[in-house]
Amino acid sequence: MAVISTLRNIGKYMNMIWIVFSRPEKWSVFRERLFHEIHFIGINSIPIVALMSIFMGAVIALQTASNMTSPWLPAYTIGYITRSSIILEFSPTMISLILAGKVGSNVASEIGTMKTTEQIDALEVMGVNSLTYLVLPKILGAVLFFPVLITFSMGLGLIGGWLSLVLSGLGSTETYVVGIRSFFIPGNIVYALSKTVVFAFLIVSISSYYGYYTKGGALDVGKSATKAVVSASVAILIANFLLTQMFLL
Amino acid sequence: MIEVVNLNKSFGDLQILHEINTKFEKGKVNMVIGQSGQGKSVLTKCIVGLHTPDTGSIQYSGKNFTEMSRKERMLIRQEIGMLFQGSALFDSMTVEENIMFPITMFTKMTKKEKLDRVNFCLDRVNLGGRNKLLPAECSGGMQKRVAIARAIAMNPKYLFCDEPNSGLDPKTAIVIDNLIREITYEYDMTTVVITHDMNSVIEIGDSVMFIHEGQNWWSGDRESIITTDNQEIIDFVYASDFMKEIRASMKEKHQ
Repeated sequence: MAVISTLRNIGKYMNMIWIVFSRPEKWSVFRERLFHEIHFIGINSIPIVALMSIFMGAVIALQTASNMTSPWLPAYTIGYITRSSIILEFSPTMISLILAGKVGSNVASEIGTMKTTEQIDALEVMGVNSLTYLVLPKILGAVLFFPVLITFSMGLGLIGGWLSLVLSGLGSTETYVVGIRSFFIPGNIVYALSKTVVFAFLIVSISSYYGYYTKGGALDVGKSATKAVVSASVAILIANFLLTQMFLL
Repeated sequence: MIEVVNLNKSFGDLQILHEINTKFEKGKVNMVIGQSGQGKSVLTKCIVGLHTPDTGSIQYSGKNFTEMSRKERMLIRQEIGMLFQGSALFDSMTVEENIMFPITMFTKMTKKEKLDRVNFCLDRVNLGGRNKLLPAECSGGMQKRVAIARAIAMNPKYLFCDEPNSGLDPKTAIVIDNLIREITYEYDMTTVVITHDMNSVIEIGDSVMFIHEGQNWWSGDRESIITTDNQEIIDFVYASDFMKEIRASMKEKHQ
């Protein structure tokens, strides 16, 4: 029964995505909504991303430093491991999981409320393709702006690591800089940002799906938001595994 | 004119509408009445395409709506205005933006032309100058009037009103009723009003359709609904003892 229900949801989700990528009724309105969504989904997420990145970067650097007991390991290893952890996993995956919570619940509850208060019906009756009008700018806004957020997160994570090492006296600026520049593979940035684009698409499309098909009242909007966050998080984890296999192995 | 032919609609095993046949005429206020859960809202949602009927057809001025592609339906829908039970105003937009929304989406009017049209619609519903209010700042009656203004913004050929008086006091309800009647005659629209409110039926109904158990149980005009001997209608219209007494005294007068 659960398998049938999952397959039905996937089919319905695919059908929704097909309709979402229709031509917008009016490009000027679409452009306006796209900028609104970039602001709403992207720019409004900068504070939480900044806070998380600085502290997580700091913790990664401190933990690496505290576990480096072998004298055979060069001091720059701290910077090297911090950089690798931040670029490969922390920024693209962990920040996306956090954004799945923040953005996902927001999108699902916004669209869900519009559904239960007949605002989506009103759009449809006017002759507006509600999915394209509501969901497409959100997906494109996230896909365009999440890579910017993640790049920003990488930078702040590295700064956080540096600050924690220098302020705690566990490392020096010179060795940390040598570390973050050692064995650098530019392709890793491409890999991280590509993952981010996929995660952005999954977060917003899955949340929109749960919001759009909400039935009932306020309680059901809350349930949809929860389902959206859980499903988007699971989708990110699965996609992360598959993309890592594809790109790095 | 809107014509509904042999319309059936079910949800799972539960059949809501059975072989509905009816015509909603142009330039008239066509009332659809019936008890809760009898399929009135489902019928309207089928007519505007929010639900897909199982069988049957819906004709808008002779064009078969049920056989149209999504794109063709979108074009017909631009000729439809709908007043929802809960008003369904976009709560993130002001009154002005709500009314301007369909105009912006489907016309190439300049900003000034759009604003003139918004102000005209607001004046028409006696809400001139309330442009910058948010829906949350409006009373229930004001929200309904804004919704009517939005519904008529595009000069629709067809107007649907789903329980326009629900949650309103009797005086405001009459204001809304009169507004619906006036704009129907003024713009020669095909108006369909779903209601439980017998005051509305008597006040503005040109034709009345009574839905019972998902069927078109009875059709007629507002005079004949008062005098009919159809038991289901009597039970609906004269539900209270007080109303039954009124009916008895009216019948006496007629005789």
